[in-house]
Amino acid sequence: MTNVLSLRGVSKTFGAVAALTGIDLDVAAGQVVAVVGDNGAGKSTLVKILSGVHPRDAGTITFEGREVEIPTPAAAHRLGIATVFQDLALCENLDVIQNLFLGQEIRPLRLDDVAMETRSWELLRRLSAKIPSVRVPVAALSGGQRQTVAIARSLLGDPKVIILDEPTAALGVAQTAEVLNLVERLRENGLGVIMISHNMADVRAVADTVAVLRLGRNNGTFAVDEVSTEEIIAAITGATDNAVSRRTQRGRTP
Amino acid sequence: MTTLATDQQDERLRSRKEGLRGALADVVERARGGDLGVIPVVVGLIVIWTVLQILNPVFLSSANLVNLTLESAAVGVIALGVVCVLLVGQIDLSVGSVSGLSGAVLAVLFVGEGLPVWLAVAASVVMGAAVGWVYGQLFNRFGVPSFVITLAGLLAFLGLQLYVLGTKGSINLPFDSGLVNFAQLDFVPDWLSYTFAAVAAVWLFVSGLLHARARAAAGLSARSMSALVTRSVALLAVLAFVVWYLGRTRGVGWMFVLFVALVLIMHYLLSRTRWGRAVYAVGGNVEAARRAGINVKAIYTSVFVLCSTFAAVGGILAAARLAAANQSSGGGDVNLNAIAAAVIGGTSLFGGRGTAFGALLGIIVIQSISSGLTLLNLDSSIRFVVTGVVLLLAVIVDSVSRRSRTSHGRA
Repeated sequence: MTNVLSLRGVSKTFGAVAALTGIDLDVAAGQVVAVVGDNGAGKSTLVKILSGVHPRDAGTITFEGREVEIPTPAAAHRLGIATVFQDLALCENLDVIQNLFLGQEIRPLRLDDVAMETRSWELLRRLSAKIPSVRVPVAALSGGQRQTVAIARSLLGDPKVIILDEPTAALGVAQTAEVLNLVERLRENGLGVIMISHNMADVRAVADTVAVLRLGRNNGTFAVDEVSTEEIIAAITGATDNAVSRRTQRGRTP
Repeated sequence: MTTLATDQQDERLRSRKEGLRGALADVVERARGGDLGVIPVVVGLIVIWTVLQILNPVFLSSANLVNLTLESAAVGVIALGVVCVLLVGQIDLSVGSVSGLSGAVLAVLFVGEGLPVWLAVAASVVMGAAVGWVYGQLFNRFGVPSFVITLAGLLAFLGLQLYVLGTKGSINLPFDSGLVNFAQLDFVPDWLSYTFAAVAAVWLFVSGLLHARARAAAGLSARSMSALVTRSVALLAVLAFVVWYLGRTRGVGWMFVLFVALVLIMHYLLSRTRWGRAVYAVGGNVEAARRAGINVKAIYTSVFVLCSTFAAVGGILAAARLAAANQSSGGGDVNLNAIAAAVIGGTSLFGGRGTAFGALLGIIVIQSISSGLTLLNLDSSIRFVVTGVVLLLAVIVDSVSRRSRTSHGRA
């Protein structure tokens, strides 16, 4: 499997704080990589570097075999890296269609709202989205509906890699299942998916690989099939000797 | 059972009435949710006109209304620029000074230096654009709040205006120049006015019909024929009445036509182009706009440039109307009238909400008050107080409807 996106030694500091130090990460086409870590582990900073919000201080980013710079969000769009942020970044005063096509409207000088509305419905139906009308302002939608709009928007530019920042954090049971189904579909379509998550059940349900960050450093990359939840948690907390790991150890020694 | 349009299939959507009644019901529904649009300003205008007409029967006379349209044009053009700045959630307090400076530059180049009038006009407009560009750079690079930048601009450009005018303090434009003719004497012939009205109505109908066809072909719900026809006939009736009534005396001035044309162009740019969407997006959620790949800095620069350019154009029109540029051009209440017109026209001070037509309606409200109170021989002190109260009312309507939108999920 060839890697569509590779990070080597990526670092970022904010003043005196080293938010990321020497991060390595690989994502292949058709692979779901879960990035997990405690609060302050640097997950959000990593997302922001990949989406062009913050520049990195050191290290290389290789995208489709070429070393690239991602100075701006627009550059990330052009490369084919789409990001769904935790705060979704939707404009509440604009309606669903306007939000979906924001920055990539069809026919810039004479907006083709019919084509955009048709595309919007296709997209939302494909995601089995439960949105009654695309003409209502986003302010009128529930949290799950907004998440769907945000994910649908990231798919418009035919990206190669999609970054989902805590996609299931604010969702109900059915909507979480829907989002996880959607992640499966993204993988089937050959997209690389980076999923930031706190929820181990979600990670185990859809991810192929788990990359653990701890205090801004890599703290292990595991194949989901070969690792237990306890081991992941141990890597997240940095505790090699706690109640959970001891019990695991006892279970393994015959 | 017939198949539903793609956008009407969700079972939770309440069934809409078909045709004209459905369209009307939609408007009522939106207004209840706090999406008032132009309703408050139209209601306000009717109230103001009624009161002023009762106080002085001359107010609604054709001659006075012709004057009102001509007086509206200059400050209206400035208000159009203010709308753009307010849409991104910023403000420009220096539009009055910039318009005064523009008038002064025009007069000095045209009368003092003897340049051709078109060159003097072009120089003034370019000067306005340059001012806006500087504002944009200051705002983007240093992150200084726009009201401080433009407050500094207000003083600085007032000083520059006085400097440009020099010791004379006032420069008269020759009455036989095309510019002064344009602002004072040029009226659209009646037949052409009616043609404009007819073209507008036909345009509204044809574009509406093509749009409805395209939507129907794409399987979306579309406006009914009856709604389209009613809309166009109503527009035709209103425009024809206005043209007829103004035509009883001098008619429709070319300067007012220019103002309306600028409003239409801005309406198109704001509602039908990618740039316009970006403006609303920046006003709604600047971080979301940035992440959507919109060049936020370029948008800010573009609206500051537009605003100052419109201020310069407004200053030229004001100088042409007065046939002079003097030290008080663009001073006094010009600044606040332009901002008040934008706000009264329904442009939200919170950003992301408002239309180009708001500038047109807002300035007519402001000029009506001004003209009505002048007719009553009332002092400008009272005019200021009344204008201030109306502005306050408009801002209250904005805030209250914003709260209502939030509770109805339309913010």
